[in-house]
Parts: sequence; C-alpha cells; structure tokens
Amino acid sequence: MPQPIVSLQEVRRSYKMGDVVVEALRGLSLDIGAGEYVAIMGPSGCGKSTLLNLLGCLDRPTSGHYLLGGTDISSLDDDELSDIRGRRLGFIFQSYNLIQQLNILENIEVPLFYQGRSEEEARAIAIGLAKRVGLERRLDHKPFELSGGQQQRVAIARALASDPLVILADEATGNLDSTSGREILSLFDELNQAGKTLIMVTHDASVGERAQRVVRLSDGQLESDKRRSA
Amino acid sequence: MTARLQSLFSSRLKRSIRLGLRSLWLHRLRSLLTMLGIVFGVCSVIAMLAIGEGASFEAQEQIKNLGSQNIILRSVKPPEDQKVSNNQNNFTLDYGLKYEDISRIQATIPGVTTIVPARVMREYVWNITLRVDAEVVGTVSWYPAMRNHRVASGRFFTETDQLAAENVCALGAEMAQRLFPMEEPLGKTVRIGEQYYRVIGVMEALTKAKTDDTGQSSTQQAVDRMFIPLETAKRRYGEVLFKRRSGSFERERVALHEVTVKVEDPEQVVAVSLAVKDLMERNHKKKDYDVVVPLELLRQKEKTKRIFNIVLGSIAAISLLVGGIGIMNIMLANVTERTREIGIRRALGAKRKDIVTQFLIEAVLLSGAGGALGVLLGVAIPFVVSSFAGMKTIITPLSPIAAFTISALVGVIFGLYPALRAAKMDPVEALRHE
Ligand SMILES: Nc1ncnc2c1ncn2[C@@H]1O[C@H](COP(=O)(O)OP(=O)(O)OP(=O)(O)O)[C@@H](O)[C@H]1O
Ligand SMILES: [Mg+2]
Repeated sequence: MPQPIVSLQEVRRSYKMGDVVVEALRGLSLDIGAGEYVAIMGPSGCGKSTLLNLLGCLDRPTSGHYLLGGTDISSLDDDELSDIRGRRLGFIFQSYNLIQQLNILENIEVPLFYQGRSEEEARAIAIGLAKRVGLERRLDHKPFELSGGQQQRVAIARALASDPLVILADEATGNLDSTSGREILSLFDELNQAGKTLIMVTHDASVGERAQRVVRLSDGQLESDKRRSA
Repeated sequence: MTARLQSLFSSRLKRSIRLGLRSLWLHRLRSLLTMLGIVFGVCSVIAMLAIGEGASFEAQEQIKNLGSQNIILRSVKPPEDQKVSNNQNNFTLDYGLKYEDISRIQATIPGVTTIVPARVMREYVWNITLRVDAEVVGTVSWYPAMRNHRVASGRFFTETDQLAAENVCALGAEMAQRLFPMEEPLGKTVRIGEQYYRVIGVMEALTKAKTDDTGQSSTQQAVDRMFIPLETAKRRYGEVLFKRRSGSFERERVALHEVTVKVEDPEQVVAVSLAVKDLMERNHKKKDYDVVVPLELLRQKEKTKRIFNIVLGSIAAISLLVGGIGIMNIMLANVTERTREIGIRRALGAKRKDIVTQFLIEAVLLSGAGGALGVLLGVAIPFVVSSFAGMKTIITPLSPIAAFTISALVGVIFGLYPALRAAKMDPVEALRHE
C-alpha cells in the first residue's frame, strides 16, 4: 500500500439530541493511500455521510484522530479548515449544489477566488476545466438551463478547481439516469487514472464495482474492506 | 509584493460588490422597498435642513441690517381706549418718543456712542407722473453708517444740509428705480405735496425678505424709504401729523418715530438695552414705544434654530433606525434563503470572514444606495422649493456627505448581525438545508 493520504484512527462522531446521544461513527480506523479509488457502502443511516463530512473537513470527530496528508485536523481552527477545503479537497454532491445565480464559468471560479487567485488566472483555469468535462460551449448558461448530468459535470469541474488531493463524492450519481450516471462514472475513472484520489459514497452495488476498493460500514463501524485484485 | 496583495484585495472587493449588486438586482422590488426607509429619512432631513438654513440665513441677514450693536426704539400708538373717552374731532393724539428721551439716554446711560433720531412720514413721492408710496424719513447725517445702509451713488446729506434745512433727499434703491426708470436720478427733483426735493444720493438695495421676523410692521423693508434732513422734516411737517382715516381727520403729535441707539461695546448691548427699557418705563406712563434689540432677536433665532436642528436630528435618527431595522429584517431573510449557498461556499473554501464580508457588503450597498437616492432627492427638493415657492434654501455641503456616510454606516451596523449569523452557520447543517 502506498503512503496513506487519509488516515482515520479510532474516530468517533456522536450527536447530542436532547438527552439522547446518537453515535454515528463508533471507533472507525481507516487508511486510504494516494491515488486510490474507494467506494463507501452500507445501509441507510450507517454513517456514510457523517464519515464523508469528516473526511471533507466540514466536521470534526468527537474523538480520535484524522490525519490528512500528515496533518492532524483536530488541531486546526476554522480558518485553517476552510483553507484545506479550498485547496486540498474537492466536493461532489448528490444534488450538484451549484449556485443558481451564477453561470457555469462563475460556478467553477468560486473556489479559485477563495484561494486568492486573480481574475485572469481564475478565468483561464475555469475555462480549461470546463473543456475537460466537455462544457466549454455552455460557459454563460445558468445551472437551471442544464441537464442533471451536465450540472454534475460542472460540479466535478468545480471540485477540480482546487487541484485537490482527494475528491469526495456523496451519491454523485444518485439523481441521474443510468446513461448520465455512466458518463459521470467514466469521468471518475479518468480522474483516477490521472492520479486523483477518489472517495465516493454510494448505495448502488454496480457503482461500487467501479472502485478498486469497497469499504462497508454498518452501524458506524467498519464491516468489511475489500480490494479488487487488479 | 504588497502591490500585488493590494490589487488582489481591491479586485476581490470589486468582485464582492458586483456579486452584491447582482443579488440585490435579483430582488429589485424587495431591495427598493427596503431602501425606502433610508431614502425618505435622508431626503427629508437634507431638504428640511436646507429650508431651515435658508430661513435662518434670511432672518439673520435681516437682523444684521438692523445692526447688531443697535437698540432701536419706535413710537407705537398706545391702545385705542385712551382715545375713545375723548372722542372729539379736534383732539390731537400725543404719543411716542420725545427729544427728551434722547437727552435722557445720553445723560444717564454710559456706553452709548451715537443716537439717530428719525421722523417717519408716510407720503406719496412724485416724479412728474410717476408715483411711489414711501416712508419719508427725517433723520441725521450718520444714519447710513449706523444702520449698515450705505449710499450706492451720490452722497447722503451732511450737517450743513441739516442746519440749512435743505430740501435734499436720498432715495431708496427700489423707489429710485421706479421713479426714474430710464434716467439717472442724481440731480433730479422729486415732489411731495408742494415741496420739491433735490435727489443727492441713492441708497444700496437691502436684502429683501418675505417676512419681517422682527415682529414689527416691517418698516425697513416692506416700504421703500426716502431720507431727508431731520431739520427739513421738522420745518415742512411740524410736530403734528394729519392722517385721513375713515372720513374724519386724525391728528397725531409724534416728535420722533424712531430712535436708534448704538452701543459702543458689543458685549454691553443687552445690559444697555435693559437700562434703556428701564429708563423709558419710568418716563412714559403709557406704553407708547417699543424697544427692539436686534442682537436679542439674533440670539433668539439661534436658539430656535438649535431647537429645530435637535428636532431634525431626532427625526433623522428615528428614520435611520427604522430604515436600519428594515435592512436587518431583509438581510436575515436573505441569509435564511441562501443558507444552502453559504454551505456550498464554505465547502469550497470560504472562510467565515468571507461570508461576513459578502453579506455585509450587500447590506451596505442597500443602505448606501438608499442614502445616495435620498441625497439626490434631498438636494432636488430644496431646489424645487426655492424655484417655485421663492423660498431661500441653503444646502451646506456637509449635510449630504454626512447623510450618505451615516446611511452607509447604518448598513454596517444593521447588516452585521445577519452577516455574523450567516458566517456562524455550521457548514454541514447549511448544506443539508433545503
Ligand atoms: N446532525 C445530526 N444530528 C443528529 N443525528 C444525526 C445528524 N446527522 C446524522 N445523524 C445520525 O447519524 C447517523 C448516520 O447518519 P448519516 O447521514 O451519516 O447516514 P448515511 O449513512 O449517510 O445514510 P443515507 O444512506 O441514508 O444517506 C444516523 O442515525 C443519523 O440519524
Ligand atoms: Mg448520506
């Protein structure tokens, strides 16, 4: 196994709901190496999204350690976490989560501006990424003028804008028909071949099969961790 | 390096402003309605301030014309009931300021430099066929210096004219214009009754005012004045004046109509005026005179203006408060509506301060646009008022600048809470928001 880029050590995440404490993750340990393509699967409510939010530095573990590229996340403050999200992580959501007021090009530019890039730089990078996902002709369209598959491709371009160490996808194909789902998945394959680390959450076994490694969760704990022989 | 940072910062700011304008434009009607509170507040304050400033400027000019170091005594006809008991036809009403009053003031009150006595007669003044209804003022040669009413051309009469009781006169600017519309009045003669007077001077025009705030039946401005030597007036008119009044003649004996007392030390004006009032009270059984102290009027005006400004300030504060609350309300709604967007931006690397800036800029744009609109209207209204109602208005340059700055500040103050609330959101929660 290559040098782990993501390393979870005995991670717990619990939510307090009044008097009740819900334990979404219960002592999870997991290493993911650079360039891996991992699918996270499991029944509804087993803690997949919770895990992904932690991996994405949107959330912090209640206890345990999360090392991203060797840095312990729990020691970082909010600004530093924001910086990590903007520079080392890329998010792809089930519902695309594009900003409706902005056109395609501007949506792709959003993370670039938070990285502090100049107008011209951002424009050039965003146009390049739009080409890469095959949307260079739609730059000035608004998200609602595009199909679901196209919107998800915009989201992928946006995720790539931060030149991330890890791309995190939560049910990226969940809202798509099988054809556009396949398109997105082949884009993922391409990215992985280009060396990107990919972690995706899915329900769909056929989607999970595309990954080299399938991690199954059950009730906040690791159930199985299978690697496909190449 | 710093230059690059600076340009980066300013381009970031520009982008945020563009973004803010866009989202305000997206909800045009809502933004406009929200701005209205600020618009009306700012506009009404600037307009009212300009009108008030104009009015008080006019009043002050008028008072200055009377002379701030002067105390003006005027003869006033005592209340009617005095006369009714003596309702004979040949009764002569005897009242007003006397020559003794002058000598008494001079003898007993220190700090008085000059005294200008004046007799005032209402007469028609003729130039062949042109006629003007004017006050003929018999006075002394130093009247112009005392009353800040200078001679524009020619000269005022001198002591020599006075002693010789010459028939010479100086005309008020307006009546000179009306009597001699086409020709140079100097050297010409005007007629009053059977007497002819040679015009030796024309006075400067006085600043016109609509209302006379001295409370007097505007003797100085409403009617043009023609000045003749006091000696001449005494000889031509005598002590007794005839007035035709509803069929019957009325005779009045008034020695002096107006006496202007100049106080040497500007600090002593009020004290001297009190002494004068006291002296007059002791020597006149009836209240047949009136004392006007321009400085006192000025002080009073200033006080009224201060009160006016306080009231205006409160109105401004209240309307800005209401406007600010409106902005806060709309920004809170805005933040709630855009929870998802906030979550997305946070996931894409936005720091808390980026979110704060974004919403704060929007709030400031809202209030600043309201302020700018209010300033435009507030400057336009006095302009319209002065061109249609003929009122003088003065816009001090500070008032629009202050109004705009304060309204922008209102955006910061009332936008801060919603913006902080937006920034404080948990990214995960925000992303889950429908
Ligand atoms: N904000 C929260 N407050 C309270 N409980 C929560 C919160 N978020 C998640 N949970 C609980 O944590 C557990 C795991 O939730 P999670 O969203 O990670 O499930 P999941 O595996 O993504 O499910 P699904 O496949 O349906 O999306 C669930 O029991 C859920 O109720
Ligand atoms: Mg989930």
